[in-house]
Amino acid sequence: MIRIEPRENPSRAFALGIPVLSALIALALAAIPLLAAGANPIAAYGQMLKGVFGSVFAISEMLTRATPLIFTGLAAALAFRAKLWNIGAEGQLYLGAMAAVAVGSGLLDISGVLLVPLVIVMGAAAGAAGMVAPTYLKVRFGADEVVTTLLLNFIILIFLQMMLEGPLQDPMSLGWPQSAPILDQGVLPPLMDRMRVHSGLIIGLVLAAAAQFMLVRSVWGFKLRAVGENAPAARHAGINVNRSLFGVAAISGALAGLAGVSEVAGLKGYLTTDLSPGFGYTGIVVAMLAGLSPAGVVIAALFIASVFVGADSMSRAMGVSSFLADLVVSMSLLCVLIGGFLAKFRIERTGRRGAKA
Amino acid sequence: MTDTKVLKLNGLSKRFGPVVANDDVSLSLNRGEVLALLGENGAGKTTLMNMLFGHYLPDAGSVEVADTQGSLQALQLGHPQAALAAGVGMVHQHFALAENINALDNITLGSEPMLSLRRNRQAARAKVEELMARSGLTAPLDVPVGRLSVGERQRVEILKALYRDARILVLDEPTAVLTPQEADTLFASIKAMTKDGLSVIFISHKLREVLAFSDRIAVLRHGKKVGEMPTSDADENMIATLMVGAETPKVTRQAATPGTPLFSLKNVSVSGRSKRDTLNDVSVTVHANEILGIAGVSGNGQTGFANLVSGLAVPSNGTLHVHGEQIAHPTPAAMIEAGIGRIPEDRHHEGIVGAMSVAENMVIERLHDPEVQSRGLMRREAIQANAERLARSYDVRGPGTDAPARLLSGGNIQKLILARVFERSPRVILANQPTRGLDMGAAAEVGRRLLEARNRGAGVILISEDLDEVLGLADRIMVIRDGALIEAPNRNRTQVGLMMAGEPA
Repeated sequence: MIRIEPRENPSRAFALGIPVLSALIALALAAIPLLAAGANPIAAYGQMLKGVFGSVFAISEMLTRATPLIFTGLAAALAFRAKLWNIGAEGQLYLGAMAAVAVGSGLLDISGVLLVPLVIVMGAAAGAAGMVAPTYLKVRFGADEVVTTLLLNFIILIFLQMMLEGPLQDPMSLGWPQSAPILDQGVLPPLMDRMRVHSGLIIGLVLAAAAQFMLVRSVWGFKLRAVGENAPAARHAGINVNRSLFGVAAISGALAGLAGVSEVAGLKGYLTTDLSPGFGYTGIVVAMLAGLSPAGVVIAALFIASVFVGADSMSRAMGVSSFLADLVVSMSLLCVLIGGFLAKFRIERTGRRGAKA
Repeated sequence: MTDTKVLKLNGLSKRFGPVVANDDVSLSLNRGEVLALLGENGAGKTTLMNMLFGHYLPDAGSVEVADTQGSLQALQLGHPQAALAAGVGMVHQHFALAENINALDNITLGSEPMLSLRRNRQAARAKVEELMARSGLTAPLDVPVGRLSVGERQRVEILKALYRDARILVLDEPTAVLTPQEADTLFASIKAMTKDGLSVIFISHKLREVLAFSDRIAVLRHGKKVGEMPTSDADENMIATLMVGAETPKVTRQAATPGTPLFSLKNVSVSGRSKRDTLNDVSVTVHANEILGIAGVSGNGQTGFANLVSGLAVPSNGTLHVHGEQIAHPTPAAMIEAGIGRIPEDRHHEGIVGAMSVAENMVIERLHDPEVQSRGLMRREAIQANAERLARSYDVRGPGTDAPARLLSGGNIQKLILARVFERSPRVILANQPTRGLDMGAAAEVGRRLLEARNRGAGVILISEDLDEVLGLADRIMVIRDGALIEAPNRNRTQVGLMMAGEPA
């Protein structure tokens, strides 16, 4: 028989080591399908490393891929800290992107000093609205935000299609469902010549640092942690729980909205329905890998982006399917969840049902 | 009464991780005997009984139970079914009854084959009625259990055990939810049943009832049996010393003259979700230099009253005044602001945020105090210094002020809450079940702090289900019953008990 008992006090080294170990185990497990596909795993992983760190271009691609994941990872991490389960970052991302193209693609022809901040603020506000609304339903009517935010993703995606075939459609697109491009002065400037990595990354890093600082040091972060860890006690101690929830909902939604802004104004230039290959959902994985720590989100986003970009390059070079990247990402999430469980509980083998006396 | 053994526990031990819950405990029970199992919270009483009943598997030791012929047979451990079949019945502190079906079905539930097509209800009813007549434990059989009183539910639980032909009955804190009179009736029934050969173990920490109703006493401390004696040889002091391991300081109350009114409710009602948190037209005034004790059977509106004073409940009508000023929109923050210190009933659930540090929990009620934060940022050094000072003066022991508060023991969590509440010198203090689950030393400390606060001029509201605690600490006693507060005319134990049961004093 196996008995599961809580650990008295999981050590800090344990807590930090587990995500790293989980990631390594996930990579090791991924060798099995690689072998099945007939590839040499060592060569494949070598190819993967080269694809991520082999050239300035590779690194730029990896950072470009990590940028939206930093935003959506932060969105999930902060909300989850307050036990507000925002599964709607994907939808909020598109709301942010729609707001960005709505104001940035010709509505206002103003200078970049004004237009860039305006695009950012509008995108963040749209994303925030996309999370505050389900939070209101939760607080007022007890509607489970897991369900409402998840389903809103699909509603928003269909709304996006409607907009791209209607008011937001580029008249020059020859009927394609895509928006007009962001004006040149509204674009987030690239960080390097002829590379795709753009200043959205800087915004993401600054916000991650700010979130980390606020969570640990500020009264706001204190309240957020108290509400997440024990809402009844927080309420009893005089903390306005609903206000905290609305605050973190707005920030979480805004961060997800910024992921959309960053993709559309920093990378693609115009909006289509395939702007995000699931960045919102992957952000949840990033946040979990990071142990819901904003600083950890940056590291986890870089790791996941490396896996995706590396697997792309590996599949081109070795002819194995790039779905392997999804496999590694899902397996590292599973490993982290199992590892997190092992960090909190010890599993003991107990002998067969006692002495028969 | 014969001296034949019906139950023997031989050297039972049980560890939970690093905690030794029971260490080599041996115990025996004679036919027709009432054995009281005493010990403080965490002494291992319930663990021991759970091993007997098969809920836990002991790490070492064995159990022998007499069969119907009276010879001792080894009991298969770790199987509640085996214990039931051997004639061991257990009534837990928290009842295991299905509220939506009637008492008769609750009693027979599980004792008949699940797939049998016909049920012999007549025979079952006859057997239960016969049991009720014999034991004197009566309960309405045809009413859904959800509508029965706590005392009736407990009788249903006992009948359920007797229906399964229990010859050994284990009662875990049977009187915790009863009025003194109900408790007396229960013990009278138990006495009557032991004449028929039933043997009873009852777990308790109320010395008074143990001395009055048991034949023999066994005391556990830190998982070990530290004493065993016939009740006739025992006295209160001696058992208390055995339980605690040292003399406990007695808290004594000197009379005081109440001062100005500090806190008052006028015709306040609170509409709650259940009887627990509903108040009907309550008027009460708490004065300076006064401890107001609120006695009552659990679930009669104590939660509603505490929620109101804590700011968690909003009155549906009536007015609430603190220091003569009306609080129109009570919130926890407004109540803290008004100088009300609150010691919540459930310290783990409402008192602390377990995952946050001891130091953080010590300042959680004053996050806007400039001593704790400046311009929205927590002042870490000040918070740390505050925590160290409070831990010293309130003797909060544990792995340190940086450690998560959940690592503290129950008594130390309560000290943390006391420190947080008392260091702000509140004018009004609400203490809701402040000593529940605490060992005697920690409970005495809580009583001492409450008296100290009252002596320096605070008004204290003490809500407790332990009538002895209320009688010991309160200057004035009110009884809460069905959401209404009634002033007790005197401090007579019997009379207050009758009021708790809803009979005219």
